[in-house]
Amino acid sequence: MLQFFKSTVGRKYLMGITGLVWMGFIFGHMAGNMLIFVGADAFNAYGHAIVSNKILLYGTEIALVLTLIVHVSCAISLTIQNRSSRNSRYAMTPNAEKGSSLASKTMAVQGSAILAFIILHLITFKYGKIYETNVGGVLMRDLHKLVIETFAQPGYVAWYVVCLILLLFHLSHGAHSIFQSFGILERKMQAKLKMGAWVYALVVAGGFLSQPIYVFLFHK
Amino acid sequence: MTKQTINLKLKVWRQTNPQTEGKFVTYDAKDISPDASFLEMLDTVNEGLIKKGDSPIVFDHDCREGICGSCGFMINGNAHGPEKSTTVCQLHMRHFHDGEELVLEPWRATAFPVIKDLMCDRSAFDRIMKSGGYISVNTGNAQDANAIPIPKPDADEAFLSAACIGCGACVASCKNASAALFTSAKITHLSLLPQGKVERGQRALDMVAQMDAEGFGACTSTGVCSASCPKDISLTNIATMNREYLKAVITQKEEMGGGDGV
Repeated sequence: MLQFFKSTVGRKYLMGITGLVWMGFIFGHMAGNMLIFVGADAFNAYGHAIVSNKILLYGTEIALVLTLIVHVSCAISLTIQNRSSRNSRYAMTPNAEKGSSLASKTMAVQGSAILAFIILHLITFKYGKIYETNVGGVLMRDLHKLVIETFAQPGYVAWYVVCLILLLFHLSHGAHSIFQSFGILERKMQAKLKMGAWVYALVVAGGFLSQPIYVFLFHK
Repeated sequence: MTKQTINLKLKVWRQTNPQTEGKFVTYDAKDISPDASFLEMLDTVNEGLIKKGDSPIVFDHDCREGICGSCGFMINGNAHGPEKSTTVCQLHMRHFHDGEELVLEPWRATAFPVIKDLMCDRSAFDRIMKSGGYISVNTGNAQDANAIPIPKPDADEAFLSAACIGCGACVASCKNASAALFTSAKITHLSLLPQGKVERGQRALDMVAQMDAEGFGACTSTGVCSASCPKDISLTNIATMNREYLKAVITQKEEMGGGDGV
């Protein structure tokens, strides 16, 4: 079994499985945050419901942290191996037909930026300023106020837009690439999988993008 | 009627041996027939070099029919040149225009050290084949074909995978210098056929282990290998390899001794 995790094929399975966990999480995260369009009370009540359910909260947090550690450490070890497998560079780059997509070539760079984003994102919100509010007689954290405050700053919005566009490309490649890593790619699936991956990536990244942009432009 | 010939400028990688540093040297290729193959064009240039007392440009070649897998180098960063589904020996000069500058480089991968100029050592592929790219049945005649029914889709897929000529363009074009397409084509080809199925698990384990041991990179699913492949080997082979490997890791049984063994 150890040989499986040492092999390039095995580590790609790990990358795929851990990536899949995060793909599920960020879809849910994006969908839940859409409550920002509904109103402050709905948004805060949703946040409160999540942190009140300790099993759900800690279970998810543990799963996310563990899978992120595996995803990142596999990525680092594979990238090191991949770099060392070509010791001299070509003078010329291939033409479009025989070249690769920018998204697939720059997964490591996107991943590094997204990791930095996740850490800063947690500092800003999860461990950020605590305001309190009262929704239906229950005292809870006013995350809505913090979100509005944060996304009123153009610098923050610009940083989110850049990172979410990187996330779009990261997902667009990852979401179809896992089918190959998992060994469930068949000839007839190829074209539709790429399209499906782009649809998923656009829904997630587009959904997330709409939130800071809405707050920055339209929230009074 | 004689056809219009073309003149080209070639920037060729010249390297004396694996130990020394190489560099690009510029040569003129004059009066090249558009009907000549790329290798014939290089032959012409080499004749000129030999006449001048220079050492000719070294490149691998054998059948010149696109089926042996000996030839191959990068032309302007494209493995086997700009045309799809073509080996460099079957690439004709009609695809280039007069006055074009072409940069010729050898395959570059740590596992494929350059021997001289455009020729590199691809014995890493041989060692991957030796680790499991065969079936162990080595006695008796071939059976009557009708005695072993094979579903047509399986036969088709096995033929497509078996078309791999082992030229190394996949490794050369991959940003990770990964040998996943080559190794997976061999694993897929044999695992689909009854004679090869018997050893499919051990084969997947051994060939993947050897592939990694040779220092090739991992697959990032960029698809460049398949796009550069002169035989259009499909990316689905890599999925099959991964599946075979996972299955083998989980279910492979160990030999218990007994039988003729001591």
